[in-house]
Amino acid sequence: MTSTFLPDKRTGPGLTPSPAAPGAGRGRARRRALHWLTALGFQIPALVLFGVLVLLPILFALYAAFFRWGGFGMPSDYIGADNFTRLFDDPVFLGDLWRCLVLVVLSLAVQLPFALAMAVLLNQKLRGRAFYRMLFFGPYILSEAITGVLFGMIFAPDDGLADQILGRIGLEGLGGEWFAEPSMVMATLFLVMTWKYFGFHMMLYLAGLQSIPRELTEAALIDGANAWQRFRSVTLPLLAPTLRISVFLSVIGSIQLFDLVWVTTAGGPDHHSETMAVTMFQYGFKRYQVGYASAISVVMFGISLVFALAYQRFVLRRDLQGATTTMRGDGK
Amino acid sequence: MGDPGLSRRGFLAASAAAGAGITALSGCGGDSAGGSSDGTTTVEWWNISTTEPTRGVWAALAKKFEAQNPKVKIKIVQLENDAYKSKMTALTASGKLPDIFHTWGGGVLRQQVDAGLVEDLTDRTKDFADALLPVAKEPYLLDEKLYGIPFDIGMIGFWYNKALFKDAGISEPPTTWDGFLDAVRELKAKGTTPLALAGKEKWPGMYYWAYLAMRTAGASALQKAYDDKDFTGDAFVQAGQHLQELVDLQPFQKGFLGAAYSSPTGQAATVGNGKAAMELMGQWAPVVQADSGKGLGDDLGFFPFPAVEGGKGAITEVFGGGGGHALRSGAPQAAVDFLKFFASEATDRELVEKTGILPVLPAAESAIKDPNIKAVQAQLKAATGFQLYLDQAYAPAVGQEVNDSVAALIAGSKSPAQVAQSITRTAKEEQ
Repeated sequence: MTSTFLPDKRTGPGLTPSPAAPGAGRGRARRRALHWLTALGFQIPALVLFGVLVLLPILFALYAAFFRWGGFGMPSDYIGADNFTRLFDDPVFLGDLWRCLVLVVLSLAVQLPFALAMAVLLNQKLRGRAFYRMLFFGPYILSEAITGVLFGMIFAPDDGLADQILGRIGLEGLGGEWFAEPSMVMATLFLVMTWKYFGFHMMLYLAGLQSIPRELTEAALIDGANAWQRFRSVTLPLLAPTLRISVFLSVIGSIQLFDLVWVTTAGGPDHHSETMAVTMFQYGFKRYQVGYASAISVVMFGISLVFALAYQRFVLRRDLQGATTTMRGDGK
Repeated sequence: MGDPGLSRRGFLAASAAAGAGITALSGCGGDSAGGSSDGTTTVEWWNISTTEPTRGVWAALAKKFEAQNPKVKIKIVQLENDAYKSKMTALTASGKLPDIFHTWGGGVLRQQVDAGLVEDLTDRTKDFADALLPVAKEPYLLDEKLYGIPFDIGMIGFWYNKALFKDAGISEPPTTWDGFLDAVRELKAKGTTPLALAGKEKWPGMYYWAYLAMRTAGASALQKAYDDKDFTGDAFVQAGQHLQELVDLQPFQKGFLGAAYSSPTGQAATVGNGKAAMELMGQWAPVVQADSGKGLGDDLGFFPFPAVEGGKGAITEVFGGGGGHALRSGAPQAAVDFLKFFASEATDRELVEKTGILPVLPAAESAIKDPNIKAVQAQLKAATGFQLYLDQAYAPAVGQEVNDSVAALIAGSKSPAQVAQSITRTAKEEQ
């Protein structure tokens, strides 16, 4: 088989008349079929992996979400959409959705603008610029578990670094129960998230900023634009593709947040920092109610999917045009 | 072109052989009872003793047994606690268990017994099991039949700082709940944090509720409520109310809702560093206090959970658990012999001396050196009732719901009645 199509492929279909073909049309169709088959052949390993490791689990979770199932053997106790009605009745899960929204909004309104400001600052000529870039990007390289343990110590009541510092400057009243106070825990968590992730977004923006031609900013300068105008009308529009990707990553990350929460608070106190992924873990691996946990994962998947598709369709469309390869080209 | 082709074929052949080998091996694992042609029996022993010194001591014991029984080979398989639990759940589903395996008894063991996978040891171990401490055997007794042989037993109680108690003018540990609340008030008045609690981990908080429920409703009530799927009885609501009384005194350390158990800023370290006067914890508490904090040395004392006035339970009823070994159904006689060897006085003394566990044989008691462990042992020996740790006695979902609801009560977001209702609802869902 290899020997029959490889030469064809090298010279390109349609360039060399095939000597053995009695009817050009039929030969062409056959070659085309062969061509597709070859493509398929090369894809089989990837398709199998993708199917077994990604598609099948998704479909199975979708299936298991309709059962009361403890996770062993095959699901057999079909209960219709009960898991889902229970889910949307559960104050913890509704709280998860609310907290997810809060994190998304805070990330977009605080974390990303902060990252952008730092990027713009570090894009200027500044002594020790490389050092600062490395310093701010550093936290992103740390594993989430280590970050969690670290901040668990920093925010420990009384003995922790945060309380000690506040105590030394005479602000005891502010210190105390960072991760332990229900009304404080989300703010503390967001602080840690920002510390961990803003460096990553800053790096994205820096890369974007450096691809903006200097001539444009210089031209704006000659036209008399002030710093804000140059940023607003030159830098920002040209940085837009990077911003769009960064927003996308940030939102998806917030929806799926798990490690950091699990290590620092395990969702507590009293569910006040629980996320969808933490609730799912609790039900799936602590309570062995895998059917219910599957329902949570299905909802999480649904939210991520709808967001991703909508975002690609309406926001990323311009950026993606021409960026993806299709097989349509060769038929013309 | 020939060579790569051959090697590819060779590779295929090799992997096929490997595959067949694995199948054959797993086949062996399943029915090692038969033994090999030269008459030696290989017994697989699955345990969770992955840490020293226990790991080494147990391996040496297996060697000793092999020396005494030349025709028996002990194959040790060690897994870390959580990994072991998930592996065993999978094995239970597949219907094949190891010859000798670690068990905590209770609901999980019952599940395995109901599946017909566990050997009934009542008659086969009668000659040595009768000598064991009755309370130690309790978790493995199902419908009056014995399915496991214990090697460790322990209980939950209050570990307290004698110096801090003295400072607050408390001469004797309290024996009643009202007395306990008074002690908490006195400690607070002295500026001492009365109790340390790991709010983040939830299970240490559950101990309070479980013990209070035992004291108000009696030792057998928790198991009965689970079997009946009804925790709404007055006594359970009262247990919650008593806990509420304690929580209202704000007895816990600063930031306890976010505290872990064994971390350097956790519950054990808080007590171990003298920053809180008490914790409600199992017999392992002194070790963890000294490991995560400084440890209290001679200042550390133990007293049982106080009785509740007017409650059905007595102060001599204990909440606890231990470790034991069960056999798969149809396990060879060599496995029973090993259990006998492991429950012998010589072995028990060695385990008590070298691995710091509590003896399961009254005859091995003299091996205990630590006065606090002696106090725990005395309490266990005189126990008039027993309740196994709820997460082993109950299905996982129910156990977790107890932890979760009690945590909510302590955090102030659930009332005692709501706790009882939540647990009942989850128990009913589990059928």
